[in-house]
Amino acid sequence: MSFRIILFAIVLMAISGLPGVCFARSAIRWSRIAAAAMATGAILGLFAALPFLLAEQHSQIDIPWPVAGDVVLSIDALSAFFLIPVFLMGGLGSIYGIGYWSEERHPENSGKLQFFWGLLTAGMAVLVISKHAMAFLLGWETMALAAYFLVTTEDNRDECRRAAWIYLIATHAGTLSLFAMFALWRCVTGSFLIQPVSMAVIDHGVFNTLFFLLVIGFGLKAGIMPLHFWLPGAHANAPSHVSAVLSGVVLKMGIYGLVRFLSLFPVPPVTWGFTISVLGAVSALLGVLFAISQHDLKRLLAYHSIENIGIILMGLGLAMLGRSAGRPELVVLGISGCLLHVWNHSLFKSLLFLCTGSVVHRTHTQDIDRLGGLAKIMPWTTGAFLIGSVAICGLPPLNGFISELLIYIGLLRSGITEAGSGSLAIIGVPVLALTGALAVACFVKVYGSVFLGLPRTDGASDIQESPFTMRAPMVILAGCCLIIGLFPVCVIPILNRAAACWIAAPDTVVPNLATAAPLGMVSIVSVALVCIVGCATIVLKRLSTSVPSVDTWDCGYARPDARMQYTASSFAQIIVTIFGWALRPQIHDPQLEGTFPRKTKMHSHVDDPVLDSVLLPISKRIERLFNWFHCFHQGLTQHYVLYILIAMFLMLSTLLPIDDFFMRLFVR
Amino acid sequence: MIETMVHIAILLILPPFLLSVINKTKAWFGGRLGPPLLQPYFDLIKLMRKGFVVSRTTTWVFLACPVVVFTTVFLAGLMIPMGQSQSPISFQGDLIVFAYLFGLARFFMTVAALDTGSPFEGMGASREVTFASLTEPALFFILLVLAKISSSLTLTDMLLVSQQRYSAEVMAPLALAAIGLFIVLLAENCRIPIDDPNTHLELTMIHEAMVLDHSGPLFGVILYASTLKLFVISTVLLQVIMPFHTHLPWIDWPLFVLEIMGVSAAIGIVESTMARLQMRHTPYLLIAVTLFCGFGFLLLVR
Repeated sequence: MSFRIILFAIVLMAISGLPGVCFARSAIRWSRIAAAAMATGAILGLFAALPFLLAEQHSQIDIPWPVAGDVVLSIDALSAFFLIPVFLMGGLGSIYGIGYWSEERHPENSGKLQFFWGLLTAGMAVLVISKHAMAFLLGWETMALAAYFLVTTEDNRDECRRAAWIYLIATHAGTLSLFAMFALWRCVTGSFLIQPVSMAVIDHGVFNTLFFLLVIGFGLKAGIMPLHFWLPGAHANAPSHVSAVLSGVVLKMGIYGLVRFLSLFPVPPVTWGFTISVLGAVSALLGVLFAISQHDLKRLLAYHSIENIGIILMGLGLAMLGRSAGRPELVVLGISGCLLHVWNHSLFKSLLFLCTGSVVHRTHTQDIDRLGGLAKIMPWTTGAFLIGSVAICGLPPLNGFISELLIYIGLLRSGITEAGSGSLAIIGVPVLALTGALAVACFVKVYGSVFLGLPRTDGASDIQESPFTMRAPMVILAGCCLIIGLFPVCVIPILNRAAACWIAAPDTVVPNLATAAPLGMVSIVSVALVCIVGCATIVLKRLSTSVPSVDTWDCGYARPDARMQYTASSFAQIIVTIFGWALRPQIHDPQLEGTFPRKTKMHSHVDDPVLDSVLLPISKRIERLFNWFHCFHQGLTQHYVLYILIAMFLMLSTLLPIDDFFMRLFVR
Repeated sequence: MIETMVHIAILLILPPFLLSVINKTKAWFGGRLGPPLLQPYFDLIKLMRKGFVVSRTTTWVFLACPVVVFTTVFLAGLMIPMGQSQSPISFQGDLIVFAYLFGLARFFMTVAALDTGSPFEGMGASREVTFASLTEPALFFILLVLAKISSSLTLTDMLLVSQQRYSAEVMAPLALAAIGLFIVLLAENCRIPIDDPNTHLELTMIHEAMVLDHSGPLFGVILYASTLKLFVISTVLLQVIMPFHTHLPWIDWPLFVLEIMGVSAAIGIVESTMARLQMRHTPYLLIAVTLFCGFGFLLLVR
């Protein structure tokens, strides 16, 4: 029953934007209806997916499709686990879109946005529930193309088109790798079904090739560090709720692919787990470093997604190392941390992007150094952003801490009790600690310079808080962050079921997460912390209404000014200098000449290490290498007709009985 | 129960006294008489009885900062054992919670500094988060060393003195960790080679620059919380190097108090004999400490 409801929800979401595109004259009404349809679909889908997480349940539908054999759709705990963020963000983002990208303000492309939004959500849902390569790739491509059209929403801007092209190239490189993977999969397992395989019957080399293709294909989507190059541009140039769903949910589909396919191999080699862990550590560390050095709010958040994907991968790598070493407690801690961080990241990153959208909506800039002092004008957005920041830094009373704690405990357990291959993972602990501390630095910078202090530019007076349709999704996401953070015990049964589904081997006893991690005690500490701080702050707030308020102490300077505030770039400058060997900051100092130099400016930026330093130079060189090809390609119709003629002649010449001709020639 | 009460009582009462021990030591080195032993308490009481002013720029984050800092450090203090007694809160993995509570305190401290919009406080906040992110891996390497030696993930087990601590192969990593921890202690509490709490130039300070705008009771709570932090991290250091213990509680508690005075005297000696590092040299020290502690851990796993 609940499976049918999910299918219905998917269909409803897929077609929700269709009328808006077809009937452009009454588009405003249809856009409301589309958002309502998305919300209905989301609520139906969420309630239908919950039973699969809460109870031992598994259902399957075979859809006959003569080309590919039966296409199998099935839902187990792991699929249901990834369905939740898909539906949640699909619904919330659509409601947010009413206020953020309204039909009234953007009549030229809001219908298109709504249409592809529905398709994107439906594509991801199909991907997650399919157990057949065809259906999987169908969902995958629907998602990839819909995301492309969503990124190009503002296709009148140059950099937006450029980012979208890079995204399209990256995603198709990934799909190509997946095609290769599935072809090999069909070869070695004999079917296109996504089901467990046994390691014994197949050659090691083939398995390693499969793993390599998996990591490339899904890694490009997830944004693992050397493969992340499409991500910052696409996230920065899409509308904010699209960035939210891209970062919060679409990246997770890459993680879903890795998690799902790696669960199908019985005992993975140690090198696999090690590779995943190292990729995770590199992504986490470099992701946060590049995030700190950004000036653009959305690019910064995009680099933070890479960091969080790294943390997720460290959990997955730990689980795989645990599986290779035969230590179920590591597997449970690792995979639970990985999965919970998937949820958490989709909650707080979406929340942060929605808050950013609300800032951009009112101020029309996403340059951190030009913002400031929004806390008094936009209290809801500010509060929600604070919750998101504390959560993404992995600090105690919120949800990011819980998943990081699970991964930490797993990493520590791996090394302190016994030696062996699994104990390598313990090196991840200081890496994770450094990442966490740098994330604090980064979000202090963002929160402090965007929301606190004084406005750095004029025109802040006519800014107001966002409309209700934008505030409500933020409040819901912030509430989810708080609930998981304060009462992590609620998610233990869900994680247990998903972990059991991932381990999949029926004879192993899966340790309970409740005994492996002290979530009850953490919950008590967090609740105590929140209660004390909350009460004391309210009392202080009451007291402070009667105290005199003055200007900030300026150490005796006579005329303080908003421009004297520490900027975000200065705040990050020490860290950027210390890690300059990795970040390679480009600083353009002005030339000062004469006694009274003219007004001038300096600027600095940090380029992407892969896109700007490797891929673009290489592609430029390749382009130059093939310059000679232009002489065939000059836009003259006559030439092309000639080419067609030559091609036809060559093709027809294959029909000539040449072999026969030669044979006769020699026989005679 | 009595142990918990004594633990909380010491945790709440003793910390400002460490400051006076440090000041006395410095005065003794300088050939001065120094302030009276109870001066930090007098200062705190004076601040608590004053009124306060709040900058027009600030939001509720500024008011929440002292509360958050105090609460987190206090909760962290409840997780560590003192002397031979169990800590009041103890569970698997509490070392992570312990370290991350300090992270939360730092988040609010620096955010409150930026809340005022003052350039000096922004500078202080920037330095604080930078140096803290360099000490964080060192702290975790130290915790790893301790966890590996004790094969446990609770701070109580990791820090309580046991016989195996004195086996030869454990001594070297432990000594490296202890030295590292001492420098982490100095860095986290903004003591001399990293920061000078007594300087009067806002431009060169870290911690003091961040609290320029806090006044009266708010400032008092922050000062108190920073002595509490000094106390908590000194206790961790003490538990790592603690040489003497009996199993009689009525001797162990006074002994603990004496030993922690010794740690503060050591800080005082460092402050009197060393000059402060140049700000641009501080990262080198902190990275060196991280490598130091990492080496200690490597010795242990081999």
